Amino acid sequence: MTVEFSKFPDKNGHFGPYGGIFAPETLMAALEQLNQEYESVKTDPAFLSEIANDLRDYVGRPTPLYYAERWSKELGGAKIYLKREDLNHTGAHKVNNTIGQALLAKRLGKTRIIAETGAGQHGVASATVAARLGLECVVYMGADDVVRQSPNVARMKMLGAKVVAVESGSRTLKDALNEAMRDWVTNVDDTFYIIGTVAGPHPYPAMVRDFQAVIGEEAREQHLEKEGKLPDALLACVGGGSNAIGLFHKFLADESVKIYGVEPAGHGLETGEHAAPLSKGTPGVLHGNRTYLMQDKNGQILGTHSISAGLDYPGVGPEHSWLKDIGRVNYVAINDEEALQGFRDLTRFEGIIPALETSHAIAYATKLAPTMSPDQTIVINLSGRGDKDMNTIAQIEGFEF
Amino acid sequence: MSRLQNTLANLKANGKTALIPYITAGDPEPNATLDLMHLLVEKGADIIELGVPFSDPMADGPVIQKAVERALEHNVSLDDVLEFVRVFRETNDKTPIVLMGYLNPVEAMGYEAFANAASSVGVDAILTVDMPPEESFGYKEALDSSGLDRIFLVSPTTPSSRLNAVNEKGSGFVYYVSLKGVTGSKELDVVDVEEQLNRLKQSITHPIGIGFGIKNAEMAYAMAKLGDAVIVGSSLVSLIEANASKGLYDVHLAIGEKMTEFREAIDRADANQ
Repeated sequence: MTVEFSKFPDKNGHFGPYGGIFAPETLMAALEQLNQEYESVKTDPAFLSEIANDLRDYVGRPTPLYYAERWSKELGGAKIYLKREDLNHTGAHKVNNTIGQALLAKRLGKTRIIAETGAGQHGVASATVAARLGLECVVYMGADDVVRQSPNVARMKMLGAKVVAVESGSRTLKDALNEAMRDWVTNVDDTFYIIGTVAGPHPYPAMVRDFQAVIGEEAREQHLEKEGKLPDALLACVGGGSNAIGLFHKFLADESVKIYGVEPAGHGLETGEHAAPLSKGTPGVLHGNRTYLMQDKNGQILGTHSISAGLDYPGVGPEHSWLKDIGRVNYVAINDEEALQGFRDLTRFEGIIPALETSHAIAYATKLAPTMSPDQTIVINLSGRGDKDMNTIAQIEGFEF
Repeated sequence: MSRLQNTLANLKANGKTALIPYITAGDPEPNATLDLMHLLVEKGADIIELGVPFSDPMADGPVIQKAVERALEHNVSLDDVLEFVRVFRETNDKTPIVLMGYLNPVEAMGYEAFANAASSVGVDAILTVDMPPEESFGYKEALDSSGLDRIFLVSPTTPSSRLNAVNEKGSGFVYYVSLKGVTGSKELDVVDVEEQLNRLKQSITHPIGIGFGIKNAEMAYAMAKLGDAVIVGSSLVSLIEANASKGLYDVHLAIGEKMTEFREAIDRADANQ
């Protein structure tokens, strides 16, 4: 492959035809300011060492690369390694990004932070860094998600954040993003918008990727140390796609490594009730970037369904759209039932309770691993822990919580 | 010169400020739109801004969000909006029509197909709030070749360094977003708008329309003294919402009254200029 992955996006934020800056005029100056600031600090040793210190002492990095021996043997194929992002402070990969963006907010002199959240992990990670830096924090969350992820709502409130339940549209992540954008347009002078995924107008997709790339950087080194070679396959769930890009990015140039992104098939791709734009969508423009979307023929965005709030989004980061088109990453889909079985499997075989988002990647491993040989390896990004999903699981499994 | 450019040039030559009302196509129901458009003209609209419903109106406040939801309950599409314009043109070939909305419905149709269809039914210009001049590659060319004007927005936060690009890529008029916020929010600061317009006029050679936050006659009067056009949206749309359940007759009464109020204020401002 001759693609130089490190050269993307171009200076205007384009990954091939995807990405870009499709934003209301009022935000253009703020985006340009953010872009300039980010460009100037991303190679600044002082900034990078500040982030490295925070990731080590506050977040708890590096996270382990754990060999899931019992589960691997049960599946009877490839050795499966789990990159334990669930062991980060706040319980998911999201904090890798909020640490970086909060430092930028401070440098830009912003006193107020806003964020959108689906599962609530990004909301918690934003509220956490805001508390630590003494910044005001407002988190927008779809009204339906407020109900199904109530433990995280409680955590955000305890951390001092204001959680706004968004009642418009489909009352999920996309509507939370709309509302956060409206807030930002109104309060652009003193407010920093911490976007939680690799989507939105440039520079967010590139910046969030860079902050999350520590996942793959560590995993690559750890795997080389344990196995003396690169892994044969990588697996991660894809909603907006930040944990996936975080794991994939440092491996994109390694042609021997097969890469799989797992989208939520909800009730099944054939039912239309899913959130898998890369599997079933078409390119369009939403939330500041051009990317694959779930939309009808008139360009209206469709409602989505996934058992996991964090994947319940009709778009996806523009870099994923590009990686799909050039064929570097295989995007596959796992439905709600399969994800639940993945959740049960990892819990029972390894004593690790994964988030329902992550369970999609787990479930795909149960299909992929048996097709591979025991001298091959798979690395799964265990992007978050499942405590937040106890309400949903209890309801489905029929036990009291 | 396009119909839109002509209209604005004639008004300027006569010392008049344009009144540009906005309604969302298909709100509160599809069969109300044509009559409302004719009513707006009858009550003094110089140009009509017709909103194209989009499922995720991220630059709009609650009033226009709800209008869009009402229209989308009837599945009003970009094709339907073009059909409204086609029928409108059967009896009115004078009043310019600007479509206002978001990029994705236009992307879904395709830039060229859209430009051809829009110009053939009698649309004059298009404003997509999430399409800055920087991303207008292909779009500008398609609209140009169909003779459609491109309206871009300028806001209080737009740096002077970007104004030249807006001026160069845009045509018809430039839409000055008179406050930081979504449609229909807050109160305008007249002194601030005046300072901003002085800054804009150093780079912008097109007429300048002022919109966002113009709610009453007093504000319309103040803005008419500053800009070439006054754009009113949420204040009309909220009357549609308030009266829709009583029937379209009541909607017309309320809209007619409000339009008259705006028209008189603007005429008074022009007379005192």
